[in-house]
Amino acid sequence: MSAHSKWIQIAIVAALVAILPFFFPSGYYYRVGALIFVNALSVIGLVILIGYAGQISLGHAGFAGIGAYSCALAPEYLGLHPALAALLGAVISGGVAALIGRPILKLKGYYLAVATLGFGILVSLVLTNERQLTGGPDGMAVPELGLRDLLRDMGWRVSGGEFWYGVSGIVLVIGVWIALNLAMSPTGRAMRALHGSEVAARTVGIDVARVKLQAFIISAVYASVAGSLLALQNRFITPDVAGFMHSIEMVSMAVLGGVGSILGAMLGAAILTLLPQVLTVFAEYEQLVLGAIMISVMIFLPRGLLPSIANKLKGRDE
Amino acid sequence: MDALMQFILSGFTVGAVYALVALGFTIIYNASDVVNFAQGEFVMLGGMITAFTYAAGLPLPLAGLLAIVITAAVGVALNKLAIEPARGAPVVSLVIITIGASIFIRGVAQLVFDKQLHRFPAFSGDDPIHILGATILPQSLWVIGGAVFVFVGLWAFFTKTLTGKAVLAAANNRLAAQLVGINTNWVMTLSFSLSAAIAALAGVLITPITLVSYDVGVALALKGFAAAMLGGMGNPKGALVGGIALGLMEALTAGYISSQYKEAVAFVVILAVLFVMPQGLFGAKSTERV
Repeated sequence: MSAHSKWIQIAIVAALVAILPFFFPSGYYYRVGALIFVNALSVIGLVILIGYAGQISLGHAGFAGIGAYSCALAPEYLGLHPALAALLGAVISGGVAALIGRPILKLKGYYLAVATLGFGILVSLVLTNERQLTGGPDGMAVPELGLRDLLRDMGWRVSGGEFWYGVSGIVLVIGVWIALNLAMSPTGRAMRALHGSEVAARTVGIDVARVKLQAFIISAVYASVAGSLLALQNRFITPDVAGFMHSIEMVSMAVLGGVGSILGAMLGAAILTLLPQVLTVFAEYEQLVLGAIMISVMIFLPRGLLPSIANKLKGRDE
Repeated sequence: MDALMQFILSGFTVGAVYALVALGFTIIYNASDVVNFAQGEFVMLGGMITAFTYAAGLPLPLAGLLAIVITAAVGVALNKLAIEPARGAPVVSLVIITIGASIFIRGVAQLVFDKQLHRFPAFSGDDPIHILGATILPQSLWVIGGAVFVFVGLWAFFTKTLTGKAVLAAANNRLAAQLVGINTNWVMTLSFSLSAAIAALAGVLITPITLVSYDVGVALALKGFAAAMLGGMGNPKGALVGGIALGLMEALTAGYISSQYKEAVAFVVILAVLFVMPQGLFGAKSTERV
């Protein structure tokens, strides 16, 4: 990837974030947009882990849970400002990832899948069971970020939906920028080298364990920040955010759009976030359709939607 | 002491179900290198179809048999429609496909049946049997007996019959098996139907105790998967031991430590086993070919 294409991709994302509101018929769309951006952010983390480094995680919602609950717990028990709480959550997620990453990432394939899955389940079990701390399955309230009041004092009135659309959009653009820079850095190239062949990567002197760990930590921080944003904008959080199904959703989004490409993964996040909104019309069929989409994309467009479409347009066969 | 006995008995009952689910994982994994995350849905289908056909007036044994046959057909359909077309796809894609299949089956079950809990009567009454100061439901004996029956049956199938040996050969080396005239596609179809039938049987046996609804599959698939991992993926003996061990761990943790964290302890133990013995308890040590 050239520096040229990096800026094109960032420009596309920034332009989309800026232009989309002009097509919004109602305030509700800001909320959906913000949700798409938040999901896209955690999916970019998975692109780094799965797409760059070739390691799977079925427990990434665990990190989203850590980020989300930091924003609820730290203000209440430590008196921290919610923004600092989000930062603390990211630090904790990165720390936890660093701690469990080394033993976990020694495992391969299905073994890695079950180990990460176990981690995610442990986090959601703690969040569900520590009732006196987290409110258990009923969830708990998250304090107001307070930035919107500040804007209002400065004479700039924005609705909650618009505000969170803007914040998530900005964080997403930053996230894309970091991920694309990483891709072009020596670390990013090392990640993709080990994705190709771990043995080959090792023979050219790449510290495979360290590079895997880096990808795991970075992706955990992405998931954590996404979890924090979700908590702050909903002002309420339940253990579902750390649940198995959320982990699966994340991986599905990444793979649907194309796990090798940031833009593709964002497309996947957009589609799978929009789908339930559109499908509420025939809510009965939601699970059925979601499952069918997951299967058919994997069979017919194994590299994901965007890369497959791009190749078709360029007139190349898969 | 009585309490310990009670925990062990209930541990064996749940463990037997986990072992059956894990056996299903093992059979499919051996035949196709695929971990089928829809395995829990087969258990659900077994229970659901039996409950509904029984409620419709079919005698219980016939309802159970019908459930097993239909579920086996679903297993074959899954192989033909979703797994075979994706042959050679990377692990991540196969994980997504089978998880997609599990969501799809759940969606269909929700439409065809409903979202309520269902049960049907236990096979031989509900009067508890007393053993060494503890009690056990007759249905638990059915569950444990069913697991033993399936395990012995599979052992005989794989070691005594030509078909079983063909499956083993195909699992060992696909190309070599084809060269000696084994139809490997047929072997895969057989494996999927067998594994779905075993899971459905587990569903038929356990439903009088635990009840069934359209969404019980996920938890069962996770436990069965964990049990198979614990024992060593692809090893039938490992599936049995892993399942029973997982059931016992859960029951003992629930009894002595915390019922809320019983699942957590199981996963912690599995993680620990994976870190120390990455191949599981009975897994074959293999070297990766470059």
